Amino acid sequence: MAGLTAVELSCAELSVRELNEALRGLPDGTAVRVTEPRGRHNLAVGLSARLDITITGNAGYFIGGLGDGPDIVVDGFVGWSVGENLMSGTIRVRGNASECSGASAHGGLIVIEGDASSRTGISLKGGTVAVAGDVGHMSGFMAQAGTILVGGDAAESLGDSLYEAVIYVGGRIRSLGSDARVEELTADDVRRVRELAAQAGFSHVSAEDVTKVASARNLYRFDALKDQRY
Amino acid sequence: MCGIAGLRLKNLDLHNVLGELVAPMLDVLASRGPDSTGVAIYRRDAPAGQLKFSLCAPDEDYDWAGYVAALEAADGAQPVELRRRGRDAVLVTRLEPERARRLLADIDPAVRLFGYGSAIEVYKDVGPAAEVCARYGVPGMAGYQAIGHTRMATESAVTTEHSHPFASAADLALVHNGSFSNYASIRRGLAAEGIGFDTDNDSEVAARYIAREMALGADLADALRATGKVFDGFFTLLLASGRGFAVVRDSFACKPMVVAETADYVAVASEYVALAHLPGVEKAEVFEPMPEEIYTWQD
Repeated sequence: MAGLTAVELSCAELSVRELNEALRGLPDGTAVRVTEPRGRHNLAVGLSARLDITITGNAGYFIGGLGDGPDIVVDGFVGWSVGENLMSGTIRVRGNASECSGASAHGGLIVIEGDASSRTGISLKGGTVAVAGDVGHMSGFMAQAGTILVGGDAAESLGDSLYEAVIYVGGRIRSLGSDARVEELTADDVRRVRELAAQAGFSHVSAEDVTKVASARNLYRFDALKDQRY
Repeated sequence: MCGIAGLRLKNLDLHNVLGELVAPMLDVLASRGPDSTGVAIYRRDAPAGQLKFSLCAPDEDYDWAGYVAALEAADGAQPVELRRRGRDAVLVTRLEPERARRLLADIDPAVRLFGYGSAIEVYKDVGPAAEVCARYGVPGMAGYQAIGHTRMATESAVTTEHSHPFASAADLALVHNGSFSNYASIRRGLAAEGIGFDTDNDSEVAARYIAREMALGADLADALRATGKVFDGFFTLLLASGRGFAVVRDSFACKPMVVAETADYVAVASEYVALAHLPGVEKAEVFEPMPEEIYTWQD
């Protein structure tokens, strides 16, 4: 989205609360640079306007959480729970991400261009998390709906206690968690991975060659809800 | 929650600003633990053969001159150097640690011994980091290494004695983010071996356990490995000796830790935001310790 206006807000001058209030006051289409983040937490959270936000540096926990509209780029690495409970919009992290990226995200797209640590996509509820590099242990834990794409390797217990979310892994899987299993790729899966890799800019991911991990459905039994949408 | 931080300086030019770098790390981490704050500062400034004893008096007006006089009398006129900071004092003298423990308890049991060694000094107290660091002059302290802790108490009382670090042997100090679940059983076992405890705190049990392992020959990494096997619960541990420090996280990596290393220093903290002010950190190698892996930096 091309920004209509350019705004610069400095974390060196504003508290996190003041910064988020300033962001909340901006109209749709504004391009914003958030400078000097220096690892601060809770930057650009709870925003619903269609903003184009660039955070120029390393940021802390919960970046872009609860977002329902903005497109956010972090030019650095982030701490725990980037895009937690994201509703819509995109978050792109140019560096690595710590634990719990995209935790409980209902919608939107979170792209990590580096590696992501443990519990990536934990309790995912419909959102999409794409990681170019590796993910840590317990990624996809109890993920209910949505998609996780891992360009690199996945550490121990991938997809433990999965519900209906699906995980695609380009590299190796150290081990699967309880009730997770490898399934055959369908034509729909390949199309989905190809689209997502293109959207994320992951030229190293070959859609035909990823491993699909989904729930074996032995741990949870929602037969009564079979015809409902998860 | 609790916050932990450590800084080990490789560049000698930074030794005189150790406290200036460490105090802001703890101040930032006060958001993870405002109940109490503590720091172990390592500086080799005791004369050869002498040890520094970190003592905490009941109040600021304590009669340290009388205390030193009593100690010198008891010890056979050893010269004792007194360095005061707030209500604390570091006594520098030639004393065998076990004898010192008995002597000091006899002179005044209200004065508590928080640590001893040829390099370590321990300052800890109730209150958020900015207050505690100002109270004891942490920003002005020089040294080659420090570890610190900001506590959010979960399983035992908020008092000065319950604050971290727990310094359980010469130049040995532990800070802990997390909580142990089986520490009462381990404490009973250690107590049966004759090991004494100052508090009912879970982290102190780990510090005493580690001191016991190291007395039996373990190094920092061995001691942390053994702790990870014996103790059940959530933990990120930072363990320091006179030679260096080491970290370990539990098998689930429940508690955070970020490491930043440059040619000038190794810095560790619960959150990167506590490292963001360090010189050259934007060019540092920054990573998270993997679960159950032990990372050691030492001479």
